[in-house]
Amino acid sequence: MTRPRVLTVYLWELRKLARQKRTYLGLGAALIVPILFVAALHFQNGSPNDVAFGRYVRESGLAVPLVLLLFGSIWLFPLITALVAGDIIAAEDHNGTLKTILTRSVDRGHVFAGKTLAAATYAALALSLTGVVAVVAGTLQSGFNPLTDLSGQPVSARRSLMLVAASFLVYLVPILAIACFGLCLSALTRNSAAAVVGTLMFALLMQLIGILPGLSGTQPYLLSTQLSAWQGFFRVPTDWLPIVRGLWVSAAYGLPALMIAYLTFLRRDVTGG
Amino acid sequence: MSEGAPPVEMRALSKRYGERLAVDAVDLTVQAGDVYGYLGPNGAGKTTSLRMLLGLIRPTEGVARLFGKDPQVSGARALDGVAGFVEAPCFYPYLSGRKNLELCAAYDGGGEANRRIDESLDLVDLADRAKDRVGSYSHGMKQRLGIAGALIRNPKLLVLDEPTTGLDPAGMRDMRELVRRLASEGLTVMLSSHLMSEVEELCNRVAIIRGGSILFDGALDELLKSDGESRRLRSSDQAQAAAIATRLGIANRIGDSGELELTGGDDELISRYTVELGRAGVGIIELTTGRGSLEHFFFQLTEGESEAPALPAAEPEPAVAAAR
Repeated sequence: MTRPRVLTVYLWELRKLARQKRTYLGLGAALIVPILFVAALHFQNGSPNDVAFGRYVRESGLAVPLVLLLFGSIWLFPLITALVAGDIIAAEDHNGTLKTILTRSVDRGHVFAGKTLAAATYAALALSLTGVVAVVAGTLQSGFNPLTDLSGQPVSARRSLMLVAASFLVYLVPILAIACFGLCLSALTRNSAAAVVGTLMFALLMQLIGILPGLSGTQPYLLSTQLSAWQGFFRVPTDWLPIVRGLWVSAAYGLPALMIAYLTFLRRDVTGG
Repeated sequence: MSEGAPPVEMRALSKRYGERLAVDAVDLTVQAGDVYGYLGPNGAGKTTSLRMLLGLIRPTEGVARLFGKDPQVSGARALDGVAGFVEAPCFYPYLSGRKNLELCAAYDGGGEANRRIDESLDLVDLADRAKDRVGSYSHGMKQRLGIAGALIRNPKLLVLDEPTTGLDPAGMRDMRELVRRLASEGLTVMLSSHLMSEVEELCNRVAIIRGGSILFDGALDELLKSDGESRRLRSSDQAQAAAIATRLGIANRIGDSGELELTGGDDELISRYTVELGRAGVGIIELTTGRGSLEHFFFQLTEGESEAPALPAAEPEPAVAAAR
């Protein structure tokens, strides 16, 4: 008998996501937020000067996706990520379908890998959607103009676009760590709502710890801090320290969570349905 | 699949949830060609043992093997040639019936399984509704889709947990007919049920489980023979007829249908009994003779009636096709 591969499970997970409303809630938010932001810029005066690149949103449309990365790190992207990562295993418990797929010829490990890849793909897709829409809408509003970096140096529009793309890639890493945490809660709680809310609370808790007096020493090692690591690209010379730290700190959060989720999924009794 | 290994083996299979022993050292064997009834009241441990058999839950002790392979060791490979469902079959409500089967086929490795989708949908009479979302299906349709999902694996062993639960009488009849047809094509079937008529109608071998323990495992024919000859009486006063039978030492119980079941007692005693009924003014409407019923045996075992019949040997026997 031919064994299904991880790719088979992954593609079916994507098909299943494509048939669910919650998928479009997250993607809809990823799409609409940049449009609302640019619409607000268009119809109102002023700029969000208190965040990095906020003062440049009327000078270059390429500042818009960067400002949205900062705004989105508070709850938007963690929530969108949690919507699928927290649900993708627990929903099988809710529907009783875990027993349906685990009595076929597919290994549990392959099912888990397929689900993990699908949750990661969804997070990446939502982030990309925001990035593309923000670049297009921002450019229409403020033009495809050079950007001023955090060291005060002008950066050509073309190079700025490449740095924006790199920033979104680096931003994706801690988002994937949040997805791993969501998967972990999804496998442990077997309850979609608990896993989605728990993941969001975890992301918010990270931010809370960062602003608590006396705990500032922990800040470089908080997952929320890594959501700002991309700013290293906009310094001259490029500041690799936060970027590299972002990678390993995210891995330090994400991989254990993923391992716990994997072992839980592999060893659990399937009693629902 | 190991050559010659029986389709199902459970050896000292146990499952404990905290203090509660849900399944207690179950030993049973289903031979190739059997239609094996797994009978027990609700909560007896049937579904838990089937879940262990299919590798969905881990036994606390003991082992379950499918064609000689332990799902805890061999994973999905142990399920080669095996299909079925435990409790109600579950599908993705937002996908159509066909898409659900396509997913199942893909998870079975595609190819042959994919090609059997149409045939399976036809067999369970769901071809017309295959494009509808499963969320709009009735319980009976989901049950039938569950069977279709099992058949696309082209199994040699079909494990069905309470397949007629929740079905209307026509659905129950169709499901039993389907099981009978599949069995006649050579499929080994393990069928869990709490419906004695269903097991008596379909199965050639039976295990009775209560409180997680197997009380009986053997051929249904032997079991019924061991129950002795029984008679059924309809009279003008069943309560009085029962009292007279008890007075004469004839084991009796009033069955679900209201008939008085009389077991034991030779012809001479029964003759005396009818005379006594006449003297007491109890009119005999109908008195029929038959072999023992599974229902009678089941209640004696599971409700601990005083006169439990002598059990036939619980050793598994070679396949018998008597039930088909």
